[in-house]
Amino acid sequence: MPVIKDAVCSLCGSLCDDITVTVEDNKITKIENACILGHSKFVGMFEHDRIENPMIRKDGELVPVPYEEAIEAAAKILVNSRRTLSYGWCSTSCEAIAKAIQLAEETGSLIDSTANVCHGPSALAAQEKGSPGASLGVIKNRADLIVFWGCNPVHAHPRHMSRYSSFSKGFFSTKGRKGRKMVVIDVRKTDTAKLADKYVEIEQGSDLLLITALRSAVNGHEDVIPETVAGISKEEILELAENLKNAQFSCIFFGMGVTQSRSKYKNGDGVSSLISDLNQHTKSVMIGMRGHYNVTGFGQVATWETGFPMAIDFARGFPYYNPGETGANDVLVREEADAAIISAADPGAHFPQKAVRHLAKIPVIQIDPYANPTTEIADVVIPAAVVGIEAEGTAYRMDAIPLRMKKLIDTEFKTDEQIAKDLIAKVRELKEGA
Amino acid sequence: MKLKANLISGRTADQGAHLEAKTYRGYFDACAYCELNSADLDKLGVSEGDSLKVTTDFGEVVVFAKANDGNPDGLAFIPMGPWANTVLDPDTHGCGMPGLKGVPAEIEATEEKPLDMKSLMKQYRED
Ligand code: SF4
Repeated sequence: MPVIKDAVCSLCGSLCDDITVTVEDNKITKIENACILGHSKFVGMFEHDRIENPMIRKDGELVPVPYEEAIEAAAKILVNSRRTLSYGWCSTSCEAIAKAIQLAEETGSLIDSTANVCHGPSALAAQEKGSPGASLGVIKNRADLIVFWGCNPVHAHPRHMSRYSSFSKGFFSTKGRKGRKMVVIDVRKTDTAKLADKYVEIEQGSDLLLITALRSAVNGHEDVIPETVAGISKEEILELAENLKNAQFSCIFFGMGVTQSRSKYKNGDGVSSLISDLNQHTKSVMIGMRGHYNVTGFGQVATWETGFPMAIDFARGFPYYNPGETGANDVLVREEADAAIISAADPGAHFPQKAVRHLAKIPVIQIDPYANPTTEIADVVIPAAVVGIEAEGTAYRMDAIPLRMKKLIDTEFKTDEQIAKDLIAKVRELKEGA
Repeated sequence: MKLKANLISGRTADQGAHLEAKTYRGYFDACAYCELNSADLDKLGVSEGDSLKVTTDFGEVVVFAKANDGNPDGLAFIPMGPWANTVLDPDTHGCGMPGLKGVPAEIEATEEKPLDMKSLMKQYRED
């Protein structure tokens, strides 16, 4: 009975690499160390509804077709489209992402990742102000102050705190939680906030005000801070600034509360500036709490292949990038895309209604292991292997450390990488014939 | 009575555990609700499990009521998913990211029932 140790969990950006799985008759029968999200991913293989067959929508219903027919139908959509959106490619391997980018280039498509509704603004902030970071290993070994700003790891990254941050014990942090101060800044008392030494309840949408006040305090200009900022008293702000300055090593982990709220990328820009102010006094870094397990990988692969981390438009024949214009949501809301190919992501569930409404109007190709809301509006559906379980590949953790995901069981399903390769071949064939 | 609220969406562990089982009842249970604190629910005269209609400039959606006393007054939370997205702001303000947090909303009690995932999505195909 093979027991596979140190398997990588391919669900969230924590990419825990210490999962033990027992495989019997090509089935995973025991999973150790995974959290509720990871556990659901591994058992999902045998319990959730797989998309069993390639399908094409005919008279409003998805009907099973042979694989070759689905590839041909998909390739035709791509070849006939003048403005294709290729979206997602984040719950998959870097190898598949590389092929997706090639397919986008060959079809003159616009390709964007799930960062569009996640940490896209953080990428913009990093371009503007930089992003002083560290590996999660460094945080684990050194940080004595952990700030979670607008994120809720108890729910979104359940093992983050025990493996890398608040509760973990490391080389210089032998006391674990007792030796670390934990601050949570959020708009409501989340389950993460309940575990903090200090919970700062900020008025929704006023993150930039608090960041600016903290910067003033850290830079010795407390006189300009009003009595309350963002719903927080000046006294509390000064205390927090002192805590940050007096820490030996602090990390601000930030999430969607920062990137999706008012001021969007300027919030991340502000956090980066605050970190650089703090580094005049002590050591401080920032890390975005990334959601899809390999959304960081998309940014890496896209950057080395095209020069840009997301929202890359190949319509002109070379990579062009301007997220407010070439972001996935923007091209849908402007009703500009006339076809879409979506893999390893679910805009049907995660895009605002106006974008979904347009997606429902245009031909949509979906590549995914499981049916989801996007399937309901898709016209060609191609099932895929689950990367990290049925296929190996590379993924980047939230701190941009690449890890090799193992293949744990065999499958008949094709990988995203293979499907993208087949599409490239078919597109070339159709174009030759044109 | 209509409650004026500030609407945010976000992850929960249950929503995350159903990421790859979105055709299941469990996903519906994990996402088709709106959390307010008990005082706000009292104002609306509803208990947990009753239906609420959430209306914004961008649409309306019916979801179940749920209490969370971690929410300050007037802060409404719907887990990320197709129900929340029916009423969130598509405007990206030139940076790619739509307004998925901080949308002014009006919330009221209703007799209607939340739509399941497939029915909700079907509306988009039929629109
Ligand atoms: S924290 Fe994330 S990577 Fe780790 S086991 Fe849970 S879902 Fe998987």
